[in-house]
Amino acid sequence: MDKQRRKFLKIAGATALAGISAPAVVKLTSTPALASSGHGKAAEHGAAEHKPEGHGGEDSAKGVRLGMLIDMRKLYGHPELLEKVAAACIKVHNIPQIEGNKNEIKWIWDMAYKNVFPEHSSYHSSKITEENNFLVLCNHCDEPPCVRVCPTKATFRDEKTGIVSMDFHRCIGCRFCMMGCPYGARSFNWMDPRPYIKEYNPDFPTRMRGVVEKCNFCGERRALGQEPACVEAVKDVGAIVFGDLNDPDSEIRQILDKEHTIQRKPSLGTKPSVFYIV
Amino acid sequence: MIEKVFKGNSNYWMWLAFLSAFVAVGAICYLRQFVYGMYLTGMGRDLSWGLYISQFTFLVGVAAGGLMLVLPYYVHNYKTFGRITILGEFLAIGALIMCLMFIMADIGQPLRGLNMILHPTPNSMLFWDMVVLLGYLGLNIICGWVILTAERKQVKPPKWVYIFVYVSIPFAVSIHTVTAMLYCGLPGRHFWLSAITAPRFLASAFAAGPALIVIACLIMKRVANFDAGREAINKLTTIIMYAALINAFFVLLEFFVGFYSNIPGHKHSLQYLFFGIEHHGVMYNNLVPFMWGSVFLCFGGLGLFAYMKIKDTGTDLMIGIGCAMIFIALWLDKGLGFVMGGLAITPLEEIVEYYPTANEIGITLGIWATGFLIVTLLYKIAVDVEHEVEA
Repeated sequence: MDKQRRKFLKIAGATALAGISAPAVVKLTSTPALASSGHGKAAEHGAAEHKPEGHGGEDSAKGVRLGMLIDMRKLYGHPELLEKVAAACIKVHNIPQIEGNKNEIKWIWDMAYKNVFPEHSSYHSSKITEENNFLVLCNHCDEPPCVRVCPTKATFRDEKTGIVSMDFHRCIGCRFCMMGCPYGARSFNWMDPRPYIKEYNPDFPTRMRGVVEKCNFCGERRALGQEPACVEAVKDVGAIVFGDLNDPDSEIRQILDKEHTIQRKPSLGTKPSVFYIV
Repeated sequence: MIEKVFKGNSNYWMWLAFLSAFVAVGAICYLRQFVYGMYLTGMGRDLSWGLYISQFTFLVGVAAGGLMLVLPYYVHNYKTFGRITILGEFLAIGALIMCLMFIMADIGQPLRGLNMILHPTPNSMLFWDMVVLLGYLGLNIICGWVILTAERKQVKPPKWVYIFVYVSIPFAVSIHTVTAMLYCGLPGRHFWLSAITAPRFLASAFAAGPALIVIACLIMKRVANFDAGREAINKLTTIIMYAALINAFFVLLEFFVGFYSNIPGHKHSLQYLFFGIEHHGVMYNNLVPFMWGSVFLCFGGLGLFAYMKIKDTGTDLMIGIGCAMIFIALWLDKGLGFVMGGLAITPLEEIVEYYPTANEIGITLGIWATGFLIVTLLYKIAVDVEHEVEA
């Protein structure tokens, strides 16, 4: 009797174990590439022409890589424009307005130069950089550390656009991506965000408690042929340019070719897609 | 063997009741967090990991520490550890269950936890941490149970179980290495971005785990008539001393790299932890007393052990105090300082201090109590089996 029970338990245990691990094994063996499969494709194309790169240097990549150029010269002395940018984003993306640093959600906001560009700080910085704030948002890195660390592929790099996106339904809220991001671009919904949405926009989903969110380069507006909300907000002065960094004829490339631009923390090798003229 | 947990004297039941009270409080606190949300914790946008993850990190070390008993006994055939090796394996089980509970307490959508398995992501260190932690848990359950059953029946353990025993040795190293890799591979987190993180974790683990086992042995000698043997305890304290010294050496190396290179990113966290750091005219130093407490407890404990070794004396109480000092020192160092020190300086160059909330502390104590409860029950089984064999 005892022996039979033992045998049954053994078989039941082994079956349960196999059942639990089966999906993992199937998934791991069936998908050819890893989650950040940007490397997979890039390697196929770029292996032959590998160039040496220094800190922050980049190979010329293939495919579409959407990027943003923020011409701060057109925003100096106009804090109201920075506010307008943030307000446009808040409205379009149903971003909750929660008081205090602890629980707040931010996609695009402004901060002092030394916070935004700690690697570029100098002893006597110019009055302009001292007195003005700079726009901060997700850099949509070409080598995003947040994607590398996410244990569920809830944040991923869209191969068609280069946008680093979030799947709010898959995110388990471990906040590892917030640890991985060296730019502080991500926010976690510590509380239910819905009561804090001032003006509801039915065209974009609201989020639930316990997931991470961040700027998505207005992927949903781009699908409708619209520009990102922040670009549109300061269209009059043309302070923000958005486009394909890999297209030599795009407006953003024309400006990048002409002007000296900087990126945030280039030495970390994340290859940010947001450029600044300061 | 499970029936043994249902028989015990009144002290045993009092202890279980005492722990259960904490478990109950922790459960209520967790229900609050589950229903209302994680804003009930002290974590926030800028400091988004806190007490849960730091306890997880420390307890992975406690689990790995059992290796210091398994390795000498099974690889070097060091018979003196024969009676207590099972304690190392059972402590690992309790510690690993605590680790998994801390992870579940920490994630914002615990009901989606299975996404880790449904969408396995090999480039994430968290995925590998799950794999090795579950693997090590399984190995310890198999090895501990099979070997104890064999002991009870007074037969040699089956040969196949030794495969699992030997596999568990690299697994013990891997759980803490992979846990260190959660931290040391993140760009822009200067304090964690150090190749010595994994060795340092292992060194502190090999002191903290055995320290807890020695304390448990000394308590069981008084209350459960279980004597691990003088020689075994002495050998363990020697292991604890070396491991704690190596950990201290690694911490000093971090100081050298930070302050000699004079690179701000490498210095700031150490400054914040040990001396306090000034930012916009505000002094941030809430962890300074804890870190110096850690230093004094560590060297105090080491001094006490050195005295006992040189003079060849020492009561059980002195040994217990020495182990407790080192255990608390390492808890302060890794269960508090390492995670908070790395997070206090944010990627946007601000400084944020962390104060856990009462609810968060309630959950944390509840999980610790659950772990102690599990370890108590397992040790009860192990000790009763020993008594049964001796009788």
